[in-house]
Amino acid sequence: MSFLQIRNLEKTFGNVKVLKGIDLEVEEGGFLVLVGPSGCGKSTLLNSIAGLEAITGGSISIGGKAIDGLHPSQRDIAMVFQSYALYPNMTVAGNIGFGMEIRGVAKPERDKAIATVAEMLQIGHLLDRKPSQLSGGQRQRVAIGRALVRKPQVFLFDEPLSNLDAKLRVDMRTEIKRLHHRMGTTIVYVTHDQIEAMTLATKIAVLKDGVLQQSGTPAEIYNNPANLFVADFMGSPAMNLIPVTIKRNGSGVSISTPREEQDPLVLGVPNAPAGLSAHDGKEVIFGIRPEALTDRDGADRNAANVAESECLIEVVEPAGSDTFAVTRLGRKHVTARLRADANVAAGKKTKLAFNLDKAVFFDPASGLRIV
Amino acid sequence: MSMPSADNATQVNKLARGLIYIVLILFAIYYLLPLYVMIVNSVKPLSEIREGNMLALPREFTLDPWYTAWSTAQIGVQATGLKPYFINSILMAVPAVAISTLLGALNGFVLTKWRFRGDNLVFGLMLLACFIPFQIALIPAARILGMLGLAGTTRGLVLVHVAYGLGFTTLFFRNYYAAFPTELVKAAQIDGASFFQIFRRILLPSSAPIIVVTVIWQFTNIWNDFLFGASFGDFKSQPMTVALNNLVSSSSGVKEYNVHFAGAILAALPTLFVYIVSGRYFVRGLMAGAVKG
Ligand SMILES: Nc1ncnc2c1ncn2[C@@H]1O[C@H](COP(=O)(O)OP(=O)(O)OP(=O)(O)O)[C@@H](O)[C@H]1O
Ligand SMILES: [Mg+2]
Repeated sequence: MSFLQIRNLEKTFGNVKVLKGIDLEVEEGGFLVLVGPSGCGKSTLLNSIAGLEAITGGSISIGGKAIDGLHPSQRDIAMVFQSYALYPNMTVAGNIGFGMEIRGVAKPERDKAIATVAEMLQIGHLLDRKPSQLSGGQRQRVAIGRALVRKPQVFLFDEPLSNLDAKLRVDMRTEIKRLHHRMGTTIVYVTHDQIEAMTLATKIAVLKDGVLQQSGTPAEIYNNPANLFVADFMGSPAMNLIPVTIKRNGSGVSISTPREEQDPLVLGVPNAPAGLSAHDGKEVIFGIRPEALTDRDGADRNAANVAESECLIEVVEPAGSDTFAVTRLGRKHVTARLRADANVAAGKKTKLAFNLDKAVFFDPASGLRIV
Repeated sequence: MSMPSADNATQVNKLARGLIYIVLILFAIYYLLPLYVMIVNSVKPLSEIREGNMLALPREFTLDPWYTAWSTAQIGVQATGLKPYFINSILMAVPAVAISTLLGALNGFVLTKWRFRGDNLVFGLMLLACFIPFQIALIPAARILGMLGLAGTTRGLVLVHVAYGLGFTTLFFRNYYAAFPTELVKAAQIDGASFFQIFRRILLPSSAPIIVVTVIWQFTNIWNDFLFGASFGDFKSQPMTVALNNLVSSSSGVKEYNVHFAGAILAALPTLFVYIVSGRYFVRGLMAGAVKG
């Protein structure tokens, strides 16, 4: 039985359906990351778990106990907000201790708890300051401290790092991961950041327009996207999604796509999913991640199915550790990820290796993965 | 040879600056003239005013007019001076300002952070109250005060002023709290704070600028009000403004202008005091909404 369980959750604002039947669960100690485009309902989902928004349908339970209808303070959760939401008129210690003060915890006990948390987050020297006297990173620590001190069953984070600069974001990300290891508390975390999602999560849930598109481990989401939206949304640079025509020849399947100033690209796909042959003569979407499309020498040696083709390179973007090369297939720009010292030049043809082990196919009409 | 021309430029600059200052000083004098006339003539004996030069400084300095205005002048039928009416005004204005400000803050809190179905309609109706002229409300207000048994009492006046001021105070606080981050309220809810705890511990401490604006606004309006005071006050509860009018327009005997001037200043002192004490917050409060965004 999973720890946090969300069953058929629905939420409407006026007559706008914002969450449309979300089913989601996390095991105890898990780290669930919610991702999705702006306005898809991530914050609403988080607020529903927190009890800050009354839900219109479905149920939520924590540790087997239904929490529907409970006041936010009785759900045994703690939340860290994007804007930190520190009480401006209270000191850092006052902020961290406010919840205990409201619950009537005695002052010595409060001070002890505050000191413990402050030490854990290294903010002991800031306890007497007001939030306005802190830097962004320090405010974030205080906000996390205020959540930690509650010792909740579930932590809720709503884009906690999005207001920090790039360097600090990486540091805080590591810190949150370390805290999660140390405390082992279940976490639900909203982010826009791909890397945050991939590095922190034990489970990722992708939302779009209030509908859960897919949930699974980061590897599952990344390697086996359930539909076009997930494939396109996760990963940076994004997965190449190329319209191709399916041809059956004997027992095998091949894909072809037209190219400008070149012969059409035709690749045999020995490991094609069974469902693909049903699309004979029709167009499907061929998905291949940039790192599965490389120069010949950089190709994965363990891959069983690698196809090669000469491609006209239009743009070369050296990125330090890798070089990205852009070609055009089926009127779409396609990014290949080459070794940093790969021998490519814009306007020249280069042999690219397609690692078909990693290829995925989608039905363009429904957007669903073809399996 | 650019030095002389630069010198020239600074000189022109100085001249322009001097002119601006002269104009500004003239404006300031013009603006302060009425106050000057009031003060100067309130410390002269009546005979000096009769001689006709209102602008002259007093030859003989006397505080008698102030004393007369405060405690012995004939107002209405009795020679009590303005003192009891001043107290009436205080007893009316202080509770009315306090209650209307507090209720306005609560309304603003509810209308922005505890929203409910139809809250905008409620706010719209309250806003409408700001545009209703006093005169329209006179007869209904008189009826209601009569029904409540508050006609002619200070408490009745407090009620009228609270009701009338609520539209303004709600407007002030609602707009101020609209810019107040809702996440703070959510955080406090998770911390277990109740409605009033959130109001008192989280919102009020951050409301100083708007409280000052509201208090100044309400105090000035209520203190200076004449119509409600004249309509709903009786001789035991009439405010300062009505008494001043009675003092000035009393038909018996000679017109004691020096006493009238002293009385008028006395009537204006409390609002002046409130402005001086909190005026700098007033500007700050008016600006706060614009800057915070
Ligand atoms: N109080 C509200 N009243 C009406 N509609 C709302 C309310 N809160 C949110 N919505 C709508 O619900 C949808 C989901 O909002 P939500 O804040 O959950 O998005 P989000 O996924 O967190 O977006 P972002 O990534 O930008 O934070 C949006 O279309 C939003 O306009
Ligand atoms: Mg959000």
